[in-house]
Amino acid sequence: MLSDILVYGLMNGAVYAMLAVGFSLIFGAARIINLAHTAFFMVGAYAVFYTGTSMALHPVIAIPLSILVVTLIGVVVYFVFMEPIREHETAVLIITVAVALVFQELILIVFGGHYRGVSSIVSGYISPMGIRISYQYLLTIGVVSLSLVAVWLVLMKTRLGVAIRSSAQDREIANLMGMNVANIAAATMALSVGLAAIAGVMVAPLYTLEPHMWLDPLVLVLAIVILGGLGSIKGSFVGALILAFIEVTVVFTMPGGAFLKVAIALAIMLVILVVRPEGLYGVYLEGER
Amino acid sequence: MAVMRMAVRYIRNEILVLPTRVIGVLFVITLLLLPLLTQDMYILRILAIASIFAIFAASWDLLSGFVGQVSFGHALFFGVAAYTTALLNLRLGWSPVITIPIGALAAVLVGLLVGIPCLRLKGPYLGLATLAFPIMLMGIIFVFPGFFGGELGISGITRLAALRIHEYYISVVLMLVLCFIMWKITDSKIGIIFHAIREDEIAVRASGINTIRYKLLAFCLSGFFAGIAGGLFTHFLRIAGPSMLAVLMSFQAIIWTIFGGIVTIYGAVAGVFILYPTLEMLRAAAEYRMLIFALIILLVLRVMPEGITTFVRDKIERECPRCKVRNAVTRKECRVCFADMR
Repeated sequence: MLSDILVYGLMNGAVYAMLAVGFSLIFGAARIINLAHTAFFMVGAYAVFYTGTSMALHPVIAIPLSILVVTLIGVVVYFVFMEPIREHETAVLIITVAVALVFQELILIVFGGHYRGVSSIVSGYISPMGIRISYQYLLTIGVVSLSLVAVWLVLMKTRLGVAIRSSAQDREIANLMGMNVANIAAATMALSVGLAAIAGVMVAPLYTLEPHMWLDPLVLVLAIVILGGLGSIKGSFVGALILAFIEVTVVFTMPGGAFLKVAIALAIMLVILVVRPEGLYGVYLEGER
Repeated sequence: MAVMRMAVRYIRNEILVLPTRVIGVLFVITLLLLPLLTQDMYILRILAIASIFAIFAASWDLLSGFVGQVSFGHALFFGVAAYTTALLNLRLGWSPVITIPIGALAAVLVGLLVGIPCLRLKGPYLGLATLAFPIMLMGIIFVFPGFFGGELGISGITRLAALRIHEYYISVVLMLVLCFIMWKITDSKIGIIFHAIREDEIAVRASGINTIRYKLLAFCLSGFFAGIAGGLFTHFLRIAGPSMLAVLMSFQAIIWTIFGGIVTIYGAVAGVFILYPTLEMLRAAAEYRMLIFALIILLVLRVMPEGITTFVRDKIERECPRCKVRNAVTRKECRVCFADMR
């Protein structure tokens, strides 16, 4: 049981971290609470189902193609629906809900409401110390960790990363320093949706695909992001691991755990939030009190 | 006779001068007189449910629009009241006249319980933390299916009234009265403090106002009105189910209010009365129903991001540059101070 908790906790933690970091990025750079974020994750999973299973492309082509298409969709949605009305924050919030609903309904119409599965990219498993871990899990954990490291490098070592971080700290000053904050926000949106798409593509063989699969991760991602501190990448990462392990432990150890997993994860989030109102690594920014 | 003349003068000078007031009065009269034109069960049912949801949406606007305490878990109040009402009615056999107020009081209590730990949270943190409460309650409901009815909910509750037309009038009149009360609250001294807390809480505290008390008051008031809506809804549908606590329920209130126009109360009512019947009419489109609905919201908010009522109001009325009184857009001079409006 302990090994199950470890494997599934690490796996879910990695996926949640991926989603939460993307959510955090776009909140930081554009102050958009993108409730369609996990919908992009779902679209990524369905894209790889369509290209890989229906069009029977080789995974090496299907996966990058899916990620690219989903990222493009994200950027287009940003420019058409979010950028022009960015100052009306509540309207943007509802627009992201509407976008998520549009994705859900389009998938329902195109693919139907049945549960779908994608065959694994790699088969087989290793069993160190009697724990059975399939290669697909290892691949997912590996790709997710690599992507997270890549994002970290982009944010810390490149000009774009500096621009994203500075516009997250103070959009107006960043603008005064000659940065095109609208384009930075668009680039951040691409990065954020790209991360969600990679997560979706990688977990497609492990999860069952259905048109409502965006709702449950959304609640958890929101919890993770405020637990870690809004806009903090490190916080999202730590928060994801904490909540994923809590969730998995509850499922494996408590009777009726499947009903209670989200409730207990959220209760722990609330307790932490009462002690630290700005989350684990969050800071209140000047002028946004 | 003198009273008649005063009434006529009031209508001419205070209502007919502003197109938005004419629209508002026409809306109320239409709702109240509609059963004279049609007794169609289906139409009355939709409008009654829309009225109940209008109370719910307006209560969200009171808390989140006016006080700025954005709540993503407003279904908590609705659901708590719904379950309290249903359990009291089913287990103890109490009539709706007693169960609905007690349900609303339970929602007020929950408002306090939620409000106290959330006092330190601000902005998105508060919104996302409140999202957690109804989901946690839903977990508890699923764990005790014997008492709360689990997935299927609690059914077999008595009707709100024996006849559909009575139910219609109870819902519509309560909606009009409660929304009027909420509107008056936001217009009062308390309402000004609510506005100020949203704009700058530290400044309000520096002015010697106990913001904690007012924030808790806002949670309680909002919980009370949402609770009445929840109780009414339970007795109307004769079922209390976990869907009343779902994330979608909370977001529906937000969608309606923002679509109609936030920080207005009447915007929330307008949003519900536009979107809810639209969604019902879209049943004709079968599987494209939710898609068309989402696209409508997407396109309308893209064009009118401040909400439909605010958009229309600014198109047909203008503010006098001198005395800040609203005037119909057709007037050449202000109706109060005769300043030039062109």
